[in-house]
Amino acid sequence: MSDPKPAPKAAPAGGSRATMKKELPEKFRNHKHVWVFIEMERGVVHPVSFELLGEGRKLADKLGVELAGVVLGAPGADVAHACKESFAYGADLCYTIENPVLADYRNEPYSKALTAVVEAHKPEILLLGATTLGRDLAGSVATTLLTGLTADCTELNVDDDKSLAATRPTFGGSLLCTIYTLNFRPQMATARPRAMAMPERQEGREGRIVPFAVDLREDDIITKILSFIPDRDSNKTNLAFADVVVAGGMGLQSPENFQLVKNLASVLGAEYGCSRPLVQKGWISSDRQIGQTGKTIRPKIYIAAGISGAIQHRVGVEGADLIVAINTDKNAPIFDFAHLGIVTDAIRLLPALTEAFRKRLSPHSKDRLAG
Amino acid sequence: MHFVVCIKQVPDSAQIRVHPVTNTIMRQGVPTIINPYDLFSLEEALRWRDKVGGEVTVLTMGPPMASDSLRKALTIGADRAVLLTDRFFAGSDTLATSFALSAALKKIGETFSKPDIVFCGKQTIDGDTAQVGPGVAKRLNLEQITYVSGINEVDGENRTVTLERRSEGGVQVLKTSLPAMITMLEGSNVVRRGRIDDALRAARAEIITWSAKDAGIEDVTMCGLRGSPTVVKKVFAPTPRAEKAALVEVGATPGDSAEALINAIFAKSPKIEDDLVKLASGF
Repeated sequence: MSDPKPAPKAAPAGGSRATMKKELPEKFRNHKHVWVFIEMERGVVHPVSFELLGEGRKLADKLGVELAGVVLGAPGADVAHACKESFAYGADLCYTIENPVLADYRNEPYSKALTAVVEAHKPEILLLGATTLGRDLAGSVATTLLTGLTADCTELNVDDDKSLAATRPTFGGSLLCTIYTLNFRPQMATARPRAMAMPERQEGREGRIVPFAVDLREDDIITKILSFIPDRDSNKTNLAFADVVVAGGMGLQSPENFQLVKNLASVLGAEYGCSRPLVQKGWISSDRQIGQTGKTIRPKIYIAAGISGAIQHRVGVEGADLIVAINTDKNAPIFDFAHLGIVTDAIRLLPALTEAFRKRLSPHSKDRLAG
Repeated sequence: MHFVVCIKQVPDSAQIRVHPVTNTIMRQGVPTIINPYDLFSLEEALRWRDKVGGEVTVLTMGPPMASDSLRKALTIGADRAVLLTDRFFAGSDTLATSFALSAALKKIGETFSKPDIVFCGKQTIDGDTAQVGPGVAKRLNLEQITYVSGINEVDGENRTVTLERRSEGGVQVLKTSLPAMITMLEGSNVVRRGRIDDALRAARAEIITWSAKDAGIEDVTMCGLRGSPTVVKKVFAPTPRAEKAALVEVGATPGDSAEALINAIFAKSPKIEDDLVKLASGF
């Protein structure tokens, strides 16, 4: 959370741990390979893990090393399934830790298990998803290992000297910074769901499973899970992974007008979202927020209605294939990064657009047959 | 019960501007605020103090001017404020920050009473890492519960806390033992406005100010830039897109505009029409 500042051109005399590029200490030299923590909850692998495997594959190939997944869970079919999926998305091998204590996520057993396997097998790079689970876990593991951790990366690369160059937005997305963990291992980084592209699935691709034993007993774990309340389907948002997203901003002028966004989303079979001010005003719940402090999206089409396109919003939508902006202000920043735009009042256009799409997209539409 | 809330003074990011020519952050005149996520943790601490008794200490690490944020927290209702400030802390990354805060938390325990619950913000709006809370918990061996949507019970006698934690697909109901480190989810409570007597008290209150040495830190190489394993090598502006948006002409009626916009969308991306038809029909 430090204010990013460029490293001084000349390292200060006396040699700080951080700014001066030293030779990697002896104890870290045998750290090798790229790892991705495979996040699994109730038997389902979070798609962010596959996105990270895609990035991890590229890093491993550049470094000429292997890509490994790390799967933690209760003994059973779920772990084997997660390994199989990881292989299909690019992993060469998976380390597995199976223990009943790992059935559901809790910080203590998960951080113990992950730390133990890292200490035993020494990866040079460890990537995790910036989800509630991944962020909870990454901070603990990095602190235990006393190594560097870069959050919410939008680009990962390896430098000429083979160190990890992790680029992330800073200052609310107005700038990007590239961060290194030069003298410590593993180099840890997280990326948010949808920040990286989903790699192609290679059906039938195989890999090795390497079981790892960690002594974990329920009696030693202080935090107990009393119950789990799954989200009702109606509450679940698939915003981050939706193919079509419609969002509204302050240009809608009132919480009632936000219904216009929902109506269009409903006709398009889309998810709806909003810009940050609407969450701050309490009009819309925070799980619908798109942008640097909200969700990152990568839809095929994104329609932004009455959103000015502040930099912090831009960061969350740049991965969209087609960005369509509706705004009354022709100088609004959103027109700088949208592909298509129309300078008009979203409140008036949205109902007409909804109706026009309804007609055009109906399977029996004459318009469509004619077109 | 002793509740300690770690807060951070941050620039109000809504008002940050980038210099159009030099691409540097224009910090001058940007007002500072308490990191908004920290306020939900402060409120939760105040609520449980009011319910089960005890006191709330707010702690921050930052430049001397961060005392403004501490005073603000006192105005909202905190009982005591500690500022950890030293040039050795400059340039701290999250690991170095958690080191310094942990030292101060230990010192708070020795000087006043041991913290039962340490609250941290879920993340900050400037760094956005969500790493400092977990770092503090690990260093002090506190039970770590992040993304808490509600605390159901704080049992001082049995030294337990029951709470609800947001996870990816639902809510975990957890019971853990004190001491613990908790981060609250935004919207999990409504942050109070301070009372007038709190404001009067805050105006006169002493901000306890500690240097690294005061906080019991002997090895300052663990602090600041020197204690930070991460190095920011390069800061740069995002590459602007070469082309601006192609603008669709506004029609005589909203209906005309809508038709024109849809035509433009389908012309730009012919595949999108098939995708939309499939989605709209529920496949």
